[in-house]
Amino acid sequence: MPSKLTPEELKQELLKAYPAKVARKREKQIIINKHKDETSANGLPTTTEVLANARTIPGILSMRGCAYAGCKGVVLGPTRDILHIVHGPIGCSYYAWLTRRNQTRPVSDEDPNFMTYCFSTDMQEEDIIYGGEKKLKKAIDEAIAIFKPKALDIFSTCPVGLIGDDVHAVAREMEAKYPDVNIFGFSCEGYKGVSQSAGHHIANNKVFTDVLGLGDLKKPGKYRVNLLGEYNIGGDAFELERVFEKCGITLQATFSGNSTYEEFTSAHNVDLNLVMCHRSINYMADMMETKYGIPWFKVNFIGAEASAKSLRKIAQYYGDQELIDRVEAVIAEEMPAIEAAKAIHRPSLEGKTAVLFVGGSRAHHYQELFHELGMETISAGYEFAHRDDYEGRHVIPSIKVDADSRNIEEIEVHPDAELYKERVTPERKAELLAMGIEMNGYEGMMPEMKEGALIIDDLNHHEAEVLIEKVKPAIFGAGVKEKYVIQKSGVPLKQLHSYDYSGPYAGFKGAINFYAEIDRLVNASCWGLVKAPWQSSPELSASYAYVG
Amino acid sequence: MLLRHTTAESIVEREALTINPAKTCQPIGAMYAALGIHKCLPHSHGSQGCCSYHRSMLTRHFKEPVMAATSAFTEGASVFGGQANLVEALGNIFTIYNPDVVAIHTTCLSETIGDDCGQIASKAQESGKIPAGKVVINTSTPSYVGSHITGFSNMVKSMVTSLSESTKPGKDNVVNIIPGFVDPSDMEEIKRLAGELGVKTILFPDTSNVVNTPMTGKFHMYPAGGTTIEDLKATGDSKATLALGPSASGAAAKALDTKCKVPCFDLELPIGLQATDRFIDTLRRVAGVTVPESLNRERGQLLDMMTDMHQYTYGRKVAIAGDPDHLVSLVEFLVSLDMKPIHIVTGTPGKKIAPRFQASLDKVGRPVNLKVPGDLFHLHQWIKQEPVDLILGNTHCKYIARDEKTPLVRVGFPIIDRVGHQYMPTLGYKGAIRLLEKILGAIMDRQDAEAPEESFELVM
Repeated sequence: MPSKLTPEELKQELLKAYPAKVARKREKQIIINKHKDETSANGLPTTTEVLANARTIPGILSMRGCAYAGCKGVVLGPTRDILHIVHGPIGCSYYAWLTRRNQTRPVSDEDPNFMTYCFSTDMQEEDIIYGGEKKLKKAIDEAIAIFKPKALDIFSTCPVGLIGDDVHAVAREMEAKYPDVNIFGFSCEGYKGVSQSAGHHIANNKVFTDVLGLGDLKKPGKYRVNLLGEYNIGGDAFELERVFEKCGITLQATFSGNSTYEEFTSAHNVDLNLVMCHRSINYMADMMETKYGIPWFKVNFIGAEASAKSLRKIAQYYGDQELIDRVEAVIAEEMPAIEAAKAIHRPSLEGKTAVLFVGGSRAHHYQELFHELGMETISAGYEFAHRDDYEGRHVIPSIKVDADSRNIEEIEVHPDAELYKERVTPERKAELLAMGIEMNGYEGMMPEMKEGALIIDDLNHHEAEVLIEKVKPAIFGAGVKEKYVIQKSGVPLKQLHSYDYSGPYAGFKGAINFYAEIDRLVNASCWGLVKAPWQSSPELSASYAYVG
Repeated sequence: MLLRHTTAESIVEREALTINPAKTCQPIGAMYAALGIHKCLPHSHGSQGCCSYHRSMLTRHFKEPVMAATSAFTEGASVFGGQANLVEALGNIFTIYNPDVVAIHTTCLSETIGDDCGQIASKAQESGKIPAGKVVINTSTPSYVGSHITGFSNMVKSMVTSLSESTKPGKDNVVNIIPGFVDPSDMEEIKRLAGELGVKTILFPDTSNVVNTPMTGKFHMYPAGGTTIEDLKATGDSKATLALGPSASGAAAKALDTKCKVPCFDLELPIGLQATDRFIDTLRRVAGVTVPESLNRERGQLLDMMTDMHQYTYGRKVAIAGDPDHLVSLVEFLVSLDMKPIHIVTGTPGKKIAPRFQASLDKVGRPVNLKVPGDLFHLHQWIKQEPVDLILGNTHCKYIARDEKTPLVRVGFPIIDRVGHQYMPTLGYKGAIRLLEKILGAIMDRQDAEAPEESFELVM
């Protein structure tokens, strides 16, 4: 067994191989969790400060991707009926083609679904030299002729920005040519910002300005909500749709798991926004509140207890006894299966440890599921989060805006003259707060983690190796690039981006799937077969000899 | 339907829009080739997303760790040039990860702004970022030219131009073999075949035991495999080079001929009986050895299987997509089985590619659809117009296969939904036996599933 190091000793182990400059930076990104005694101005717990959303160090084997990945891959990718053209050389579109496992379920055989298709302008050398706008326009002509979409968007890759192709001008021109098609572009070149996070913001902005509010679909129901930051990996959204329907809550639009263009256009017709992945979608929630007066709060449907808590929050927000009762009935109905599954799987997992390095919210959310299995998350961090995802939103005013963030547009939003409607009065907000429901709030990951836990932002390969050697967790949660590195060391890795091609893990049924999955992974027979008999006892004490 | 918008109706001639590509971009090929150098860390000079995507895709294909670093460009670096990032990266890489070699490839970003990696590496050398005895090579891989095959070719060529040395007047009795963008199992098979012949070879690059390593309970950042720097240098003293696949291997072989006067032999990839015959025949002539009985036996086993099962392959129509070197040999193999490859698509561009199919296509005895470069959307439309009995291609073809209820045999890159290619070759006689086993399995499984009960066969 690895020797037990103090958090400070472990931190020093992580840093000791680094050149001084790298160590100085990483030292601020590797933080020993400590809850301070004082609370913030709005009564939230405060923790130690983390350096986050900072540049990736050149040469370091980071887990991060780029702004394009955040924009196309994460936020817009899961929408099935917007035709996504990637303007650039072939690779960017190719790698984002179905690899994120966003599932979608068209309602009929005729319902458009472009998700299985990969569209690219496949820029060639002459396009780089002479400009690619002409080819992009032609590509749009061809896409509309063949696929007849309602909406079409354009994603810029690195060279597009460098050669000065104006995708927004092309979008305007082509929309004038095809007035029935909503055409818009994203300046999400891979070099923008410091990670996927920049792309999330860019995606939020454009969907907000060019799509939201154009439609007037109102799905039937008394309690209409949007679910923001749920991407239907492995069918998570399907499970949540089931639970919401059972509770009598209408999901107007999901951004963007199993979603459609029309749902996006009419997402302003709700009374509440629920934010799952805070990092990727909080901009949208804030802008919708300013423009339409739709308040939001943070939810987490990863974990059965967390799901129940989130449903109760929705019911309390509306304050309607009928809804409160129905939600309680649903929870009561779902919980026995959860308890039964827990009884099977928890005994073989309880007391074991996990480390989670993923996403901008998942490393927080999944701690709930591990907690339900009796497993403690002893170290965690995000790939592309900001300080507020770690420390809570109260730190937002104190976050320094650096050169990389300044390049990402902050759009100015004003209340809509016709559509703005205040949903909750300040008095009601205070009442809700007293019930533990903080509107527009997120406390972040750190206050919920134990003191002494190691928070590591933008974990890299070297640090992962040291963690495995020094801590040897029972399970490591990360992505595909890390998967086989960690598993070669004899530690199972659970992919928390792609779910290792299984799922769903959200909601109640998802929790049951997850319990079984972690039990399978941690207790798989093959981990015990590493040594061949002759490796376990290599010394020969006697040997067979042929006697003729 | 998964691809519900694809129809058989008149095919729109597209000039600008690629739909469902049958290729990806250069850097991933360069990264893969660099993994075939012993103790080498590939480095992607561009924004970090490229490196992340390439590592992810290679990882999915091999189910193995794929280590590579990035210059992590920001907007500032994109405007002012990536020199500072690359110099800093090299310093960090050698301090933290300690490889023997760093093989840098560019991206569309660094190519568009015109970074000269060779010059930057010299700067890094001057400023002491590269420790003594360590090697840095670089290659130019603009994503907007060619395909992943071009990137592989460029990196292999750079191994020659940077490392190969002719140290003496005469040549050693060693034959260089460049295997092309094939799986580690295939590289192992080439070495085994050369071993059977008793020929001393240098295979480069060589990803066997790099991306198909055993599970030992310990992670090795630099596994045991890969062509060593010594061997790469020594390629200049070898008596000949066999380039397997003109698209992926031809350029390096030619460069070695030019640089070190090592004569090169351009061959198609040894997939199928005839292409393997030509490989063995060329190798034995070049090396001056006799083909051992063991190889005659392997060849005979393959031929035996081909003759025994001919009724199941004869006249079957096939649609096939993949990389040019794979395709040319696969088509030849299919034709030797009297199958009819009627729709053929590669995404890799190149004027010299289509003529390589001609000899095989002349034997098909009917018109064949061939598109270079084409995409899978086009292939699918052809299949809708004239259905086939079998599809050969990478994992992306499974969407077509399911919609068209047509069996798929996975070949080439990437295969991200099945395993086996890491360990079992497609090249050589044994590889052809495996390929034929898969083709027959697919055709016969379908017959078993669809045959009327009265004609359900026990013996096939």
